[in-house]
Order: sequence, then structure tokens, then C-alpha cells
Amino acid sequence: MAFDDDLPLLSVDGLSKSFGATVAVNDVSFELWPGEVLAVVGESGSGKTTLLRCLGAGLPVDAGRVHYRRRDGEEVEITTLDEPARRLLMRTEWGFVHQNPRDGLRLGVSAGANIGERLMAVGARHYGKIRDEALGWMARVEIDRSRIDDRPKTFSGGMQQRLQIARNLVTSPALMFMDEPTGGLDVSVQARLLDLLRGLVNELSLSVIIVTHDLAVARLLSHRMMVMQQGRAVELGLTDQILDDPQHAYSQLLVSSILQG
Amino acid sequence: MTVLKLEKVRKTFTLHLQEGTSIPVFDGVELDVDRGECVVLTGASGVGKSTLLKLIYGNYRALGGQVLVDHAGRTIDLVTATPRQVLSVRKRTLGYVSQFLRCVPRVGARDVVAEPLLALGVSRDEAGKRAENLLARLNIPERLFDLPPATFSGGEQQRVNIARGFVHDYPILLLDEPTASLDADNRAVVVDIIQEAKARGAAMIGIFHDQDVREQVADRTISVETSRVAA
Repeated sequence: MAFDDDLPLLSVDGLSKSFGATVAVNDVSFELWPGEVLAVVGESGSGKTTLLRCLGAGLPVDAGRVHYRRRDGEEVEITTLDEPARRLLMRTEWGFVHQNPRDGLRLGVSAGANIGERLMAVGARHYGKIRDEALGWMARVEIDRSRIDDRPKTFSGGMQQRLQIARNLVTSPALMFMDEPTGGLDVSVQARLLDLLRGLVNELSLSVIIVTHDLAVARLLSHRMMVMQQGRAVELGLTDQILDDPQHAYSQLLVSSILQG
Repeated sequence: MTVLKLEKVRKTFTLHLQEGTSIPVFDGVELDVDRGECVVLTGASGVGKSTLLKLIYGNYRALGGQVLVDHAGRTIDLVTATPRQVLSVRKRTLGYVSQFLRCVPRVGARDVVAEPLLALGVSRDEAGKRAENLLARLNIPERLFDLPPATFSGGEQQRVNIARGFVHDYPILLLDEPTASLDADNRAVVVDIIQEAKARGAAMIGIFHDQDVREQVADRTISVETSRVAA
């Protein structure tokens, strides 16, 4: 990772979003570089999921600019991008992993079809190749390949989450948005998923913005961390620096609330 | 040649949850370390020896002064460097062996040790071989190479941690009690590894509990006292 000869993948400048009188995201700015994992932490209601949806899911913003550098080198401004262009970006260069896998999967079709769908959306037509690709990804996310024709509603929560990840990664995105990906899972299932994510992020040199309230998840996966409180980014820095030596009062409160295992 | 230089480094912890209590730790630390030199920090427990290493590594944030490192021929001040610069310095130039291994579930000992090399682009085969050699040297039985160190004894975990810290030839190394829970045989291996690192030109700052280890590796001893470092 050279640090001065490349450009940010994503630049967020002065992003704000209100719901009625409630300010959910208040003047947030940061940059994300290729291969970097940024954890956004804070308690429920701090605005972290709203921020993620403004960036990666097309939620309209009230103010601010978000620039993304596409694979072809061209920079696009996300908040003013027209809908078809944004959808294309979401299918080809981005992924979005929802906390609840049911929001990111199509439960009525098979696991193989869930993975293949994004490939078809970018033009793949050869059934055999799509199926092979789906089988390969099932193995990578540690789902038994014999389950390819089963519907995800017959899967456990952890398997559904791994399937959602495979469905996103199949088109080799450059940028992944993840909203509490380990949220509803048992501790042992969480550990497996985290280990898998950690491996994939390194191997594919993915850029990731991961929203989590779990500081252990942030420690394990992220290079940098942003602490949000009441819509504001109160601290942004190296993950281990914020966890070992938090500067802001709210970061100190968060870190001091970790249970020692 | 000086490769690590601390100038007027200041650190105070401010505890916002305790009515903003301030704990001054260092006020104006000065320290130079040359290539091939091992500087040993001494001083009573709690005086801030580990804190000083963490200030250099950057997991504690200095409030003033400079921490200058030679990073691939350029001088970088870690106090004002961007997070990306700090990560780049840690990847290539500045290694840190802590007292405890932070275990990741399901990652085997060989991969834990090889990881810093993989991050530098070394091939999986080569990185795995170098990791195995170091683990074997540190008397970790081969049957443990594939197992996650979470299940190992304290001493075994520490040896895995040492292997991880020395697997890449970092030009600068911070050693925080790497021999604390080792028996005499393994301590001797670690002393050899430190001597070899010195011979290839690594600059080191270390904290060692054992007097005999200190005597064997130290080129210079510096006594750490609260709020200052005396040479």
C-alpha cells in the first residue's frame, strides 16, 4: 500500500441527512483508500446506518458530496448520479451486505440462483459457467456445495449471511458496504464469519465500510475507525489508536464499556 | 546512523469520564537509536516503559514532539503522519512484539506468523517456509503449526508472537518483554534471534524483565522516569 501515489476510492465531504426535525447524519467527511477497511462505530441511533445508506443504498442526502473513483479511473459524484447509473455501479463495482440476510437475499429462489443473479445482471448468459461460478463461491464461503439447489430459507442464519456475502462478491466489487454483518448471529457463528471476511478482504484487497456496534469486530477487521455520536463523527483515526488511547469523551465511554473476555 | 529519533515527546492522558482528570506521563522525551543498536529501557513497574513503546508505535497518540523514523530512505514523523502513512511504516519498517498474542479464531500458528510477509507480497510458499523455520527454532512442535494458538500455553503463544515479530526483517523493532514467560532454553533462542537482528542492522528498543537477557542484548540502558527520560 503506497501512501502518496494513489488517490482515494471514495471521498465524503460534508454529508448531512435529516428525517424531519431529527438530524441523523451531521456534516460527516472522510476518505477511503483502495484496500482499506473503515469501521463506523457508535450506539444505536448514532446515525451510522443512515450514513451507510446515504453512501451505498441511494438514500437521498440533504447536503454534501460523495465522490467515487470508478475502475475506469473516472470520478463520479454519487448524490447527483442518475438512478440507472447508480444501479449499474451497485451491480458491478459495489456490494451491500445487510444485517438481516433476508433483506439482501431472494428467499424464493435457490442458493445458486442468488449467487448467479448478479452475474446475469452484468451480462453472463452461459448457464454452466454461472453454475460453476456459484459452486466455487459456495465453497469459498464454506457452504456445502450440495445445497446449491436449496432455497436460502432452509439455511441457518450464519449460512444465509455467508450466502449474502457470496452473492455480493461474485462480481468482484471494489467497495463493500456492510451493515452489522455479524449482528444477529451466535458468538461461534460470528467468529467463523469474521475469520472468513478477514481472509476475503485481504485476498481480494477489498475496500470496506463496515457499520458495527461491536468494537471487537472493528479491532479484528478494520484499519481505521470512525466513532459516531448523535450524527457527528467525533473521532476518526487508526483503529488500534482509538481503541487503546481514545481521545474524545464518547470514544472513551465506548471503549471503557467493552467487557474484558 | 540514527534511524529512530524522539524529540520532545509529550504525553498526558485525559480521562473525560473522571471529570477530565489529567495524568501527565512524559514531558519532553529525547531518544536516538542507531542502526544495529539495542537500547534497553529500565525503571520501576508502572513508570511508563510500555507507554513509551506504544507512543512510538502509534497506538498511543503523542500530544507533542516528534517521533522520526527512517522509512525506506525518507524521514517520517509518526506524530503528525496520516493513518495511512503510519500503517505503511508499520508494514515495512517498524515491528512491535507485544507481551501477548492477540489471537484470531481459526487462524493456525503458521499463518499467524506468515501474515506480515504476505502483507508485503511474499509468496504463500516462501512466507510459510520462513514461518515454519522460526517456529521450529523457537521449539514449537510441528504438529501445532496448523492449530490456532488460542489453545496453546502462555509460553507457546508468546513464542508464536515472537516468531511473528521477527519473520520480516524490520529495520526498527520495539520489544515489550518478549521473554517474560519463557524458560531458559527458549530465552536463549530469543537472545540469539535478537543478536542476529542487530547484526543485520536492526535498531531495537526493548523492555526485558530478566537481568541476564538485558546484559546480553543491551548496547545502552536508559532509565525511564515519569515525565522524563534520563540518559
